[in-house]
Amino acid sequence: MADKTFVCRCEDVTQHDVEEAVALGHRDLESVKRYTGLGTGLCQGKQCVALSARLVSRLSGVRVAQPITPRPLLHPTKLADLAKLIEDGEE
Amino acid sequence: MTGASSASARTVIVGGGIMGLAIAWNLAKLGEKNVVVLERSYLTSGASGRNGGGVRAQWSSDVNVRLMKRSLALCAEFATEMRINVWFRRGGYLFLARDEARAKSLGNAADIQREHGLATRMIEPSEAKQIVPELDASRFVAASFNPDDGVVFPWPFVWGYARAAQKLGVVIRTHTAVRELVTEGARVTGVVTGDGETIAADRVLVCAGAWSPEITRMVGVELPSHPHRHEICSTEPLKPFLGPLVGDLSDGLYFSQSARGEIVGGISNELVPPGIDQRSSARFLGLYARALTRVMPILGEVKILRQWAGCYDLTPDKSPLIGEVDEVPGLYLASGFMGHGFMMAPVIGELYAKYLVRGQEPELFERWNLRRYREGKLLDESMILG
Repeated sequence: MADKTFVCRCEDVTQHDVEEAVALGHRDLESVKRYTGLGTGLCQGKQCVALSARLVSRLSGVRVAQPITPRPLLHPTKLADLAKLIEDGEE
Repeated sequence: MTGASSASARTVIVGGGIMGLAIAWNLAKLGEKNVVVLERSYLTSGASGRNGGGVRAQWSSDVNVRLMKRSLALCAEFATEMRINVWFRRGGYLFLARDEARAKSLGNAADIQREHGLATRMIEPSEAKQIVPELDASRFVAASFNPDDGVVFPWPFVWGYARAAQKLGVVIRTHTAVRELVTEGARVTGVVTGDGETIAADRVLVCAGAWSPEITRMVGVELPSHPHRHEICSTEPLKPFLGPLVGDLSDGLYFSQSARGEIVGGISNELVPPGIDQRSSARFLGLYARALTRVMPILGEVKILRQWAGCYDLTPDKSPLIGEVDEVPGLYLASGFMGHGFMMAPVIGELYAKYLVRGQEPELFERWNLRRYREGKLLDESMILG
């Protein structure tokens, strides 16, 4: 079942992927995130962080004390809109 | 990724980034025993996990062109040698020149690169548009293009070195900081970890990137380098369409398409907080988005998903600090890579190990030694990006 159970739906990361990461020595959530890509997709971890933290804690025996570093932006935003953050003439 | 505890080592490497791991693996490959790498956080936690993954041989100084040509060759072999997919993609590097002065400087660098057998050419905006049709050709007068430059995915590159080094007996201890350097007389003889454990060592290599000055300061050595925050961001994934990494040395803009399809890039930003700072800013997003949508307007509709930051390790002469510190025998530096340590690590790791074990190419280590600052023999490099 573990290879069919999705932990991160944005990046198609399964429970099996997380188990493999922990078996390879990735024992903290930041490191597992980088190995599997979980939390780096469209929702930026909003949907998967609690489940993956619990899973990594259980598999590694190391309690996950905090979520992955939340990365801005809060919502995906168009480059054309972001370009307006800088005033004309400002460098 | 923790190994067995060890109380003494032949070599202690401070910093489990790409530079420390590349040197460790190369040392072990040459038969060196008892190499211990100490990493204060997790692997890929610092600049090695936060950079854009660009690897290019387009540089302006003879030595950097020579070295980076070798680094590119090592990148091409990396997946086979290390048995890990690093998503190495050779789409080239396209440097845009907005004015004739920049075009001339890129042209001079291209001449040097061709002397080294690279395929770099100066091209007209019309030809640049054949390579990247979405560019606004009115924004530049010329470009230099090397089709053999490329991009890797930084994280597996770090793990590849780490695992290969461990297989050869290197001990990598993550979440292990160094709080003290032990000395006897002037000579460094070991380190004390954050937990208070002393590890004796014949030599200590400081490969701590932007944190390197903090380490050498423990024995009173002030480095001329300093941290400078650099931010990067990534878009939603798109169908592959962008071949090269596009760079503009006038504002430091660069962007490429990763093998995952995201447009990943950054830009220079002088106004950042001093010291080590890995926070993200809205100002960066504005600067990057404005510059990117000017040069490639079609990207305006594409959304940014995430942004992050890491620290460049800047030196006044834009050249690294490498080799033994005169004042502290046994203390070696591999730092000050100007935000380009990732791409240089494959060749520097190889050179450094050959130098330490066999005494090869001492003139390079003389050239980059910290003492050049005391002697006023500074170097130069004009193709620093970002």
